[in-house]
Amino acid sequence: MKPAPFDYVRAESLAELHDVLAVEGGDAAVIAGGQSLVPLLSMRMARPSVVVDIMHVEELGGISIEDKCIRVGATVRQAELLAWPDLAKRQPLLAEALPWVGHAQTRARGTVCGSVALADPSAELPLVLAALGGNIVLSSKAGRRNVKAADFFSGIMSTARNDDELIESVSFPCRREGEGFAFREFARRHGDFAIVACAAVASEKTMRLAVGGVADRAVVRDFGADVSDDALRDFAASLDARDDLHATAGYRHMLVRELGRATIDEARRCRV
Amino acid sequence: MPRLSADTRHTVRLDINGRALEGEAEPRMLLTDFLRHRLGLTGTHVGCEHGVCGACTIQLDGAPARACLTLAVQADGASIRTVEGLAPEPGRLSVLQEAFRRHHALQCGFCTAGILMSLDWYFRGTPDPSEADLREFLSGHICRCTGYVPIVAAALDAAKRLREAKTE
Repeated sequence: MKPAPFDYVRAESLAELHDVLAVEGGDAAVIAGGQSLVPLLSMRMARPSVVVDIMHVEELGGISIEDKCIRVGATVRQAELLAWPDLAKRQPLLAEALPWVGHAQTRARGTVCGSVALADPSAELPLVLAALGGNIVLSSKAGRRNVKAADFFSGIMSTARNDDELIESVSFPCRREGEGFAFREFARRHGDFAIVACAAVASEKTMRLAVGGVADRAVVRDFGADVSDDALRDFAASLDARDDLHATAGYRHMLVRELGRATIDEARRCRV
Repeated sequence: MPRLSADTRHTVRLDINGRALEGEAEPRMLLTDFLRHRLGLTGTHVGCEHGVCGACTIQLDGAPARACLTLAVQADGASIRTVEGLAPEPGRLSVLQEAFRRHHALQCGFCTAGILMSLDWYFRGTPDPSEADLREFLSGHICRCTGYVPIVAAALDAAKRLREAKTE
């Protein structure tokens, strides 16, 4: 497999990056870790005229706490976030879910924002971002805008990002007092994309369950503190599941009920 | 940085196994092909070419990476270790390589170079892994002939010998 020809720009500043995207728009592909883009190039499912490398733009790096959120810059690799010493304390759900993202060998290269930008319906990071109600900061030559996760993901590998925009950072809300979290996933092999993945956020009076791998994007549902089997069954049945090589829609619905129950129970136990 | 045009070759400079090497690559050239065809380093194998099998795993700036998921131009200026850099000297194997030989942890050897480069990195940060952790780590590699039992045995043995060598 060889990619179709494209030009390459190694951007050195955000301004240079914005300029290329303003001119090329949808013909440009942003490359960060490349763990998803390069296979798409090799299989010629993506045929950009220019590939813009953002990894040398210094202002796009860094993990910080801002407005009670963990802000992760566009060049932060998944392994870097996983190794961030405050992660489990600040947001246990992220610490639970990150080891499920690919393998150590791909986490060492792949970025957090890159996974969000790709918006694979089975991917863990978009699921966690949706479960926590996080934000995405998009920027272009025209300016900067903040989009909520609920408004960002619009379908299979489809998002609210315009062609001249790039994800500058994503923000995961920090854990709040009294919250409990759990993450569970079923895949054929550890590191594969999830057949079904569940994330739960428990508070005193509410239970939030987010499900990935089933519909065209992560689906978030808020329940009361107690989630009955009937409520969970209705939720599972309401999901627009698909048949594919790995599992039937019916099997996915069953997994949502079983994994969903286990995730909810664990999140409640983890409340402190 | 100037735009590198699709149909011309550009110089890519790398530090590979402690040697400064350079070659020419079009922007679309994958690092696997660059290592093998431009630099003649054929120890890095090309398997699935989409990041699943792990055969092409190298160390890029000190961390494991799939060479097939990296463009050669992206790696310009980087420091790389390949399987050719493992043996301490010609005719002598590293502790890890020797353990693979002792345990018959390879048959065709196609996946071996990638597994060795991953483990060489892993043991530096995790010198005493449990078998479960090791198996999870190795899930990033696919072997289609030996089976994983001798690979895991060789890896655990190598880790043990590396720990002993360190304390001596």
